[in-house]
Amino acid sequence: MPVRIGKDAENGSISVEGEMNIYFANELKEGIMKAVEGKDSVCLDLSRVTEMDSSGLQVLLLAWREADRNGVPFRLTGASAQVDDVLRLFDLKRLFCEGMETA
Amino acid sequence: MEIDLGQAKTTFLAESQELLEEMESSLLILERDPADQNAVNSLFRAAHTIKGSSGVLGIETVEKFTHFVENLLEKMRTGQIKADSGNIELLLQCRDHISRLITLAADEVEGLSGDLLRADNDLSAKLAGCLDERDAAPAVQAEAPEALEGPSSRTDAWHISIRFGRNTLKTGMDPISFIAYLAKLGEVVSITTLFFSMPGPEEMDPEDCYLGFEIDLKSDFDKKAIEDVFDFVRDESTIRILPPYSRMASYVELIKGMPEDSLLLGEILVKGGALTAGELEEALKYQDESQAAKRPLIGEILVEEGSTYPEIINAALEKQKKNQSISAKEAATLRIDAAKLDSLMNLVGELVIAGAGIDQHAARIGDTPLQESASIMLRLVEEIRESAMKVRMVPIGETFNRFRRVVRDISRELGKEIEISISGAETELDKNVIEKISDPLMHLVRNAADHGIETTEARKAAGKRASGTIRLRAGHDAGCIVIEVEDDGRGLDREKIVEKAVARGLVAAGQHLTDAEAFKLVFEPGFSTADEVTKFSGRGVGMDVVRKNIEALRGTIEMESARGKGTTVRVRLPLTMAIIDGFMVGIGQSPYIIPLDMVVECVELSEEDRRAAGKRNYVNLRGEVLPFIRLKEFFNETGEDSKYENIVIVQYAGHKIGLVVDELFGEVQTVIKSLGRVYREVKGISGATILGNGRVALILDVPRLMQTIEKNYFARAG
Repeated sequence: MPVRIGKDAENGSISVEGEMNIYFANELKEGIMKAVEGKDSVCLDLSRVTEMDSSGLQVLLLAWREADRNGVPFRLTGASAQVDDVLRLFDLKRLFCEGMETA
Repeated sequence: MEIDLGQAKTTFLAESQELLEEMESSLLILERDPADQNAVNSLFRAAHTIKGSSGVLGIETVEKFTHFVENLLEKMRTGQIKADSGNIELLLQCRDHISRLITLAADEVEGLSGDLLRADNDLSAKLAGCLDERDAAPAVQAEAPEALEGPSSRTDAWHISIRFGRNTLKTGMDPISFIAYLAKLGEVVSITTLFFSMPGPEEMDPEDCYLGFEIDLKSDFDKKAIEDVFDFVRDESTIRILPPYSRMASYVELIKGMPEDSLLLGEILVKGGALTAGELEEALKYQDESQAAKRPLIGEILVEEGSTYPEIINAALEKQKKNQSISAKEAATLRIDAAKLDSLMNLVGELVIAGAGIDQHAARIGDTPLQESASIMLRLVEEIRESAMKVRMVPIGETFNRFRRVVRDISRELGKEIEISISGAETELDKNVIEKISDPLMHLVRNAADHGIETTEARKAAGKRASGTIRLRAGHDAGCIVIEVEDDGRGLDREKIVEKAVARGLVAAGQHLTDAEAFKLVFEPGFSTADEVTKFSGRGVGMDVVRKNIEALRGTIEMESARGKGTTVRVRLPLTMAIIDGFMVGIGQSPYIIPLDMVVECVELSEEDRRAAGKRNYVNLRGEVLPFIRLKEFFNETGEDSKYENIVIVQYAGHKIGLVVDELFGEVQTVIKSLGRVYREVKGISGATILGNGRVALILDVPRLMQTIEKNYFARAG
């Protein structure tokens, strides 16, 4: 299943669904960067991500760094077990998962 | 490349001795309180240092074995294995084994053979068993820390620094899988993800890899195994792996080798626990210095030539010192060749004599300014003398502590419960004296544990506490050091001793003996009251040797004992061996010196007293009977009887006697010169000294004089 990036109309959170991996890296990057652009706060829901590899992580890091540079708050509102594993392995949970509950 | 390791080796041997002692005392502490983390830490430190230094010096036997010990200690330190009586016993044996291995290395014996090899294999197997039992992960031999110059980090974790190559993802690799695999080799203490090489959103190619990691990993695997994890990406990526306890310089090199800002990387290292903030600062400073010097990295040379450099040895020894200072008391100490101290003492001795000469001369020519200067100088010389002597003083505590192990082993072997209590451990004694007293004391302690203390059953039957106590005490008393070994055991069997003495012809049957005299017989050659000979004592050699050793130090030994209550052996030793404060007296035409510490008072022997005393050899001193001895007669000095005689009252071991002399001169600093073999048997003289005017004065041996007087008294009485 390819990656799909959706926006929740109500609270403006961005949800990613499907595979965050090298095969869809370009789409993922473009999709997320576009969705994040111009926002004054970013909420990312990764609870429906079925796979995450290093390239997916890199895009996430890129988005976080851009938000950070522009002083925009950035946080994850949800993470699937797959995402959680990666974040845990790299000790990145603290970076953008404050107060988040693991899916 | 041949370099002389002699000096470094000597230092290693001396220091490893201390480390081994530290291990032993830590183990004994641990035995009492298995949860004592400090003891475990100092144990680990000691083993680790021995391993490191022996590795640098190429003493493979020690290095290899200590490594196994260290593995177990590491597990104990991290709490994976708990200390219990089983592994403490094993570690004690291992400690003894390391000690033997080091002794062997000191004798330049290479390799192991016979019993030692068997013990080596046996203990190694036991250690491995200890590790396997509780630890499923294979204990692969870790590499000795990479030796680079400079101070080293205290971390016990590997530090891995990796920047994945740009094309990593495109070639189908994923950093996640490498890190996940790495995490299986051990415990990831800290990991920091870096992506500074990632450009802005426009340039960033999501198919390129920008990731890098700084990882601290606790693992038993060796460097090769860790390197192998990254085998597939090695060509493209930048990887640095630092073993635990790497030298600071390695971290500096790592920081320099990475593209990121050095301060940031430094902080990551601090966060991961590889370095402390202070160490980082030092390391960065060091980096600047070494850049200025432009010298090649020692580690590289080491790898290329496969040899060691003096710098590395120094570094290792430096580290050893560092570790030690952390341990014991954080006391800054200096290791000095004993021979240098001896020669310093000799010089100070000569200075004292020369100073006295100037003083006398100044007095004779009556030059007041010169006299003043001379007296100032004399005072300074005295201070120098005191400081020089203090340098040689060491507390006896260390020696006492060594006995803990002895007592422990004996109590195990014989199934007794023995506690040991130590007091006065801070009492200081001349280094030479400590060395020489150690063996005799050991003998006394063994005797107490072996013969003195009864078995638990016997104690219970006698209504005593099940566990016996041996008390070691040291303290000062009238110019000498008193060391006591006291046990609360069965006490000496007076009848048996006398019986045996009679059988050996030492005393006549039916002769009346005081307790003190009876117990003194124990110190006669070949005298043992033990019925059975054990491994530890009772072979009949011993107490006489103990006495000889102690008398050779100008000391005395005595025994007190109460049947069923215990025995106390009291050893008295002179404070110092070299220079004393003396009290000069004149006997006939000759000057004599009495050790000032023993002088209690001087009184005039009046004509009346002389008449009253007559042929008796005692006077009435304020209602007390004071035996005295006329030294003029005793030493066969000639010269006219002076009109006034003085009694110098001296005290030793609780007894007072009077020494009748012709003239009193007063206090002098006295450099003791031994009289040589020929005069050794001369009673009443312990040495000689040279006075300021070049004359020789004999030094009185008060304890022996007292013995002589007692003997004369008994001879007359009996």
